[in-house]
Amino acid sequence: MAENPHSLDDFDRRTPDWYVDRLMQSLVFIGGFSAIVFILGIFLFVAKEGLGFVTTDFDPVEFFTTEYWAPSDEDAPEFGILALIAGTAAVTGLAMLVAIPFALGAAIYIGEFATGKTREFLKVLVELLAAIPSVVWGFIGLSIMNPLIIAVFDVPVGLNVLNAGIILGLMAAPIMTSIAEDALKAVPDRYREAAEAMGATRWQVIVKVVLPAAKNGLLGAVLLGVGRGFGETMAVLMATGHSVNLPTSVFDSVRALTATIAAELGETAVGSEHYGALFTIGIFLFLITFVINMTADLIVRGVRKG
Amino acid sequence: MSKSPQSAVDFAIHTRALNLWYGSFQALFDVNLDIKQGMITSLIGPSGCGKSTFLRSVNRINERLGYARIEGAIEVMKRNVYDPEVELIQVRKQVGMVFQRPNPLPISIRDNILFGHRLHSKSKGDEDDIVEEALRKVLLWDKVKDRLKDKATGLSLEEQQKLCIARLLPVKPSVLLMDEPCSALDPKGTEAVEELIWELRGEYTILIVTHNMAQARRASEECIFMLMGKVIEHSATEEMFVTPAQAETADYIEGRYG
Repeated sequence: MAENPHSLDDFDRRTPDWYVDRLMQSLVFIGGFSAIVFILGIFLFVAKEGLGFVTTDFDPVEFFTTEYWAPSDEDAPEFGILALIAGTAAVTGLAMLVAIPFALGAAIYIGEFATGKTREFLKVLVELLAAIPSVVWGFIGLSIMNPLIIAVFDVPVGLNVLNAGIILGLMAAPIMTSIAEDALKAVPDRYREAAEAMGATRWQVIVKVVLPAAKNGLLGAVLLGVGRGFGETMAVLMATGHSVNLPTSVFDSVRALTATIAAELGETAVGSEHYGALFTIGIFLFLITFVINMTADLIVRGVRKG
Repeated sequence: MSKSPQSAVDFAIHTRALNLWYGSFQALFDVNLDIKQGMITSLIGPSGCGKSTFLRSVNRINERLGYARIEGAIEVMKRNVYDPEVELIQVRKQVGMVFQRPNPLPISIRDNILFGHRLHSKSKGDEDDIVEEALRKVLLWDKVKDRLKDKATGLSLEEQQKLCIARLLPVKPSVLLMDEPCSALDPKGTEAVEELIWELRGEYTILIVTHNMAQARRASEECIFMLMGKVIEHSATEEMFVTPAQAETADYIEGRYG
């Protein structure tokens, strides 16, 4: 045994590589784990701050079904978020009407028609559009859309559902395009080839084969756009007009759930009823976006498996 | 069957000086072929010899690539499919294709069978009859008649490939192109699909590309041997395998290369 240069002791020898490997494993683990901890922490913080209100002065019927939001009234503060929900829903709904045709059209063009350099260029452009900060979109809403709407429709105020809906639609379209294009790309090319070989035109291939095969991914793209709409704050704050209102037309100014928190939280006393009510809105928003994103994610995953 | 080239009906596919380039690479050189109507003709040759390229230029599916360029002519039933006046849709109706990997669409069995029919005929016809007839023809009817609404992608590979043949029949093509139709199947599936192809001869002109020389020998009536983009030999299958005229053919058949 002594003659063998590779004695059994070598099996226990730890090289620097071994330590580096161990270190990196631990670091990556801590990184991944802390993300979960932070998210849970945020949720617990929001829940704790809102819970004080929910357990004491909270009347769910009043909270969700009345439209009077007057939290700083000293005699009889009112906490009804129906108008805020309606504002957010109206803006998001209109935004989807704007975004879906654009996003779907762009995704079909990029995924099915454009080739080579055009395609790469458009993809980069879409990514670039998705990176425009929301305050810039808000600024466009204030300074371009506002006078435009006043001039075109002859209405007194241009900061309204229409303005915010268009701005938010244009904001959500790039990310929706990107996801929808992924969904189209996930459709195996042999389906297209099969349909073309049977004599289908390109349009027939898209309508009869590609879109049905990609429908889950496309639905996921739309849901993520809806989630984006619900969560968007700055652009909506700037373009809606920010007045509590149950909208009856697209020319009504409204106020969104998110914008309410952003505008009011800095001016409330920590721990007050108003403060708690804002955090309750936060919990509500959190739950909605969580459910929407979760649904979208499950649907998109379903595509990959199926 | 008359062999004179003047009696045109006898030839389902007739090519004249066919040259094809992928970009700057020439894949086919002066291909002149007369493929007899109602017969099974197999295309053999080593990988890259152009047999699939030739097959894929008959229904112009090569054009999907965008960088294939063609010179010369391919006449299917006396019409040059590359004539600018010929409509691509009509070519595809006349010439059906079966691919290497079974590619049923991710829709129901019934909708797969009716896909081509619905594209090409405006009148609905009796769809139930069409489905039954096509599936009976490929010996699938008894197996799938109770689950016509199921997704076709759930069938076994052999059943999928039979379905892919069946869905071509309702539009009544005159030529069926098959690009290694059995290479994804196990021996049992291969046998079943080969038998089916054999049953279809006479009614359809079948052009089949195969890597498998034994398959060419047992499942075709005429055989074309290609090498480096050129047709080396075209004769009755029995003749080619017993007394090949060209030295390259003999070497390939005996397995000296390829």
